[in-house]
Amino acid sequence: MVKIEAILQPSKLDAVKDALLEAGIEGMTILEARGHGRQKGHTEFYRGREYTVDLLPKVKIEMVVKDELKEKAIEAIGSAARTGRIGDGKIFISRIDDAIRIRNDERGETAL
Amino acid sequence: MLMSNRLVKFIALPAFLLSPALAVSQSSSPAAAAPTAQAQIDALQQAVRNAQTNADNAWMLISAALVLLMTGPGLALFYGGLVRRKNILATMMQSFAMMGLVTILWAIIGYSLAFAHGNGFIGGFEHTLLRGVGLAPDTDYAATIPAQTYMVYQLMFAIITPALITGAFAERMKFSAMAVFLSLWSLLVYSPMAHMVWGVGGLLNANGGLFPSLDFAGGTVVHVTSGVSALVAAIYLGKRIGYPQTAMPPHSMVLSFIGACLLWVGWFGFNAGSALASGPLATSAFINTHFAAAAAALGWTIAEWIHNGKPTALGAISGAVAGLVAITPASGFVQPFAALFIGILAGAFCSFMVFKVKNWFRYDDSLDAFGVHGAGGTLGALLTGLFATRAINPAFGANNPTGAIDGHWGQLLNQAAGVAIAWTISAVGTLILLFLVDRIIGLRVSHEDETVGLDLSQHGEEGYDLNS
Repeated sequence: MVKIEAILQPSKLDAVKDALLEAGIEGMTILEARGHGRQKGHTEFYRGREYTVDLLPKVKIEMVVKDELKEKAIEAIGSAARTGRIGDGKIFISRIDDAIRIRNDERGETAL
Repeated sequence: MLMSNRLVKFIALPAFLLSPALAVSQSSSPAAAAPTAQAQIDALQQAVRNAQTNADNAWMLISAALVLLMTGPGLALFYGGLVRRKNILATMMQSFAMMGLVTILWAIIGYSLAFAHGNGFIGGFEHTLLRGVGLAPDTDYAATIPAQTYMVYQLMFAIITPALITGAFAERMKFSAMAVFLSLWSLLVYSPMAHMVWGVGGLLNANGGLFPSLDFAGGTVVHVTSGVSALVAAIYLGKRIGYPQTAMPPHSMVLSFIGACLLWVGWFGFNAGSALASGPLATSAFINTHFAAAAAALGWTIAEWIHNGKPTALGAISGAVAGLVAITPASGFVQPFAALFIGILAGAFCSFMVFKVKNWFRYDDSLDAFGVHGAGGTLGALLTGLFATRAINPAFGANNPTGAIDGHWGQLLNQAAGVAIAWTISAVGTLILLFLVDRIIGLRVSHEDETVGLDLSQHGEEGYDLNS
């Protein structure tokens, strides 16, 4: 089992969600986040003074999938979210030790 | 049932009206005809007076309500949106506290100190506990409305004036200290100033004062005093933690926008209501108020567009408020196009005060109470001397010039005197009161309280509990 974390532009959330559903991945968690990589912020004005806002709104998607679906998920996210510009986001993969379904205490890959 | 009621009225009313005539005609002598007509004329005149009173009183009560709306929620929202989220409730509470506190103080003694007979500087105790303030008109002030209407109308001004000052020390003043300080300020700075400009025998009263000042709705009494006091308070209390390095933008321009619009509409009560009657002078003041607000919003927006490259919503609404402040003293004295001109000047001037002068001197007037009210009020007071005309308001008599535009250039000096006195009393009074309250209670919240936010530290509440 792998955990896939993707940090995206908020405007790409719907496209990525749809692409994941099409790839057969149904479970996911969406978080609102702020951050930046190499992307510069934007400037705002307050009382005539300019200041920089460098923590930009982002969306983070998390999901845990079977190993076999890993590449499909990465492909789905990537192609839906890519614009080719700085700020597109990142995908991180990590190993998951176990998964448990709370409803019936099922464990392992079948709990996904 | 209805039919017989109507029938009864049909018979009873004319019978009632004619009864004096009927009664007198019983004696049937020719000399009796004259008193009958006279009695009817007297009755008619009284009815006309009553109608006048009712018209004026209706307008004045609405105006009083409009002015209160300016404080709650107008100013509460305007200021509330401008502060950081952690301080929204505390900011609104400061305005709300004035609504409660000042009302009590005004009823007990504030009104008397402002409007009772006294000397040139302050009223006496004749109206303590509102003695002598009944439903009959007080002809010293407004001959067609009940004295209590006048009193409650003036109360709304007394409420908003200290509330304006809270903008200067936003986000760092203890609630208890604020309550004590502004209560004392209301009695010892506001009431005397109101007496000087509007009270019988006041030093600056347009009717016979030593320096007759034209202040239609409180440019000096409300805006200069609050603005200058705000500056002193901002400097005395010191800057907020992190100012000016940390950007502290408004947490909700939406709330501020709503508040500013409520202020604009409420200001019709503030200015047009200061005509103290519902006649043509109220119309003049109403139009001048609106024109100045619009022109000033434009003036500030254009100045900002040039300066920053983008017109901000904050600039536009601040501009409108600046125009409203500047037209306040002039509203019942000038022609409409003078109001437009005053507005544009106020928008440009106040934006300059806020963008440039505040940064030169680096004082943390958090919500620009001085930049808008102090500066705008001063400008407005002086421009009133320039543009006041007997064509709108023969304040010094129908045959005498009112302002410079009529030829009375000396009026500019009177206006300057009024402004200078207001500046002095406000600055000195505020400094003394701040010092006293600081010694006894302590003005500023602790470092930790300021960091965690006043909503939690002063009131144990959160403005937005998004998790509940």
